[in-house]
Amino acid sequence: MSRYFTDEHEWIDVEGDTATVGITDYAQEQLGDIVFVETPEIGAELSAGDDAAVVESVKAASDVYAPISGTVIEANDALEEEPALVNSSAEEDGWFFRLSLTDKSELDDLMDEKAYKAFVDDL
Amino acid sequence: MSETTDRLKQLPLGDWHRAAGGRMVPFAGYEMPVQYEGVMAEHLWTRENAGLFDVSHMGQLNLIGEGAAEALEALVPGNIYALGVGKIRYTLLLAGDGGILDDLMVTNTGRNLYLVVNGATKQDDIAYLQSELPSGIALHHLDDLALLALQGPKAAEALAKLDIRSTFPDGPVPGDLYFMEAGPFVWNDIPLGISRSGYTGEDGYEISVSAEHAETLAEALVALAEVKPIGLGARDSLRLEAGLPLYGHDMDADILPVEANLNFALSKARREEGNFAGAERVLAQYPRSADKKRVGLLVDGRQPVREGAAVVDANGAAIGQVTSGGFSPTLQRPIAMAYVPMALAETGTQILVEQRKKQIACAVTDMPFVPHRYHRKPKL
Repeated sequence: MSRYFTDEHEWIDVEGDTATVGITDYAQEQLGDIVFVETPEIGAELSAGDDAAVVESVKAASDVYAPISGTVIEANDALEEEPALVNSSAEEDGWFFRLSLTDKSELDDLMDEKAYKAFVDDL
Repeated sequence: MSETTDRLKQLPLGDWHRAAGGRMVPFAGYEMPVQYEGVMAEHLWTRENAGLFDVSHMGQLNLIGEGAAEALEALVPGNIYALGVGKIRYTLLLAGDGGILDDLMVTNTGRNLYLVVNGATKQDDIAYLQSELPSGIALHHLDDLALLALQGPKAAEALAKLDIRSTFPDGPVPGDLYFMEAGPFVWNDIPLGISRSGYTGEDGYEISVSAEHAETLAEALVALAEVKPIGLGARDSLRLEAGLPLYGHDMDADILPVEANLNFALSKARREEGNFAGAERVLAQYPRSADKKRVGLLVDGRQPVREGAAVVDANGAAIGQVTSGGFSPTLQRPIAMAYVPMALAETGTQILVEQRKKQIACAVTDMPFVPHRYHRKPKL
């Protein structure tokens, strides 16, 4: 399994043709207390850059974009009951949705962990 | 540091906020702390203990001169002439057409009128007051003062631990003040202007102190077990729960006082005199003849509706607008303020808000969402 990152502070775990997407620990820290997550419909076909999810903190709403193209095959239902999972476990239990990938070559444009860390250190 | 940040003004306590772990954001032209440990925790701390807020971005003004109260009354619908010494009134600065230019607190200090206006509007307010007030009335912008708010059910017991005395022999201590009363005090030779007031719905104080002594006072306050520093994020969610409108969001120059659900700010005597700016237009709506009204909304489900979202009818046509919305930490549910047509302003009315192409059901509700706990003077 490989983990990729975007400059929109999403992480993507890829296993075969399936990608699990969430927001990074840095992102949850910036957003603060998360009170609601709207995940995409199963079966939705997303192109890279499409609105995929919405994450709401006490104060503000933020869009989460599809980091790569694919069809939504699963959403994290646990976030409905416990949106704060994104704060407590952003990069594990607080995942948002899973995609069946359309074009794996899109992964080439994403950062690896080291590059993302350097990106965040620069902010 | 970005260019934008460079142009932002610094509060007297700017470095102190950074040292205390405050995350700084631009607000009202200043760099201000939006949060320290987190909005939720800070909000709940203030509801249960006491929070210290730096509101030094707000404008502190003195109106000085014979007839200052009558002169100010030409621009506000509150009864200022009859305001007793040491009493505070909430009122509205109105344009000639009755539109709300700002909301403000006016204190009769006995020597002058002391005004606290919003930070984002203070320069416009000053220009308007200077152009409208008679030449005999002097307007002083007290921009060498900081303003700290101590808010929460433990604010009084916390402040009582500092040796703060009246500047008058045998005068009151801060704890003797009731809601909307103020006085001059001194602490370790530092003069303080203390008001029993605030914008969280809780008991508490607003303390005016010279910029050079602000840090000493802030340090002494947060050293108390009851007190933590609180950022703008929780200030916003606290005032939303308290049903208090925020200027520039829940009202502006296109909104009239009755529409803003601020009938209480139209003093009876002033309504009868009808001699304040925009009185004819404002009073034509009084008490319930406006087309729209600011109401509270209890939002179904867990997803907050936000400022700018449209209130829609059954056909999806926009009929109103959400002006503040967020998640209530106290109630653990989303709440909002919105303008709706008068016919939908009754408590219990079901309405729809459209956000990101999704319709969310809401119920019109009375405000405040969370009861006020002011330290009011007992009624005789």
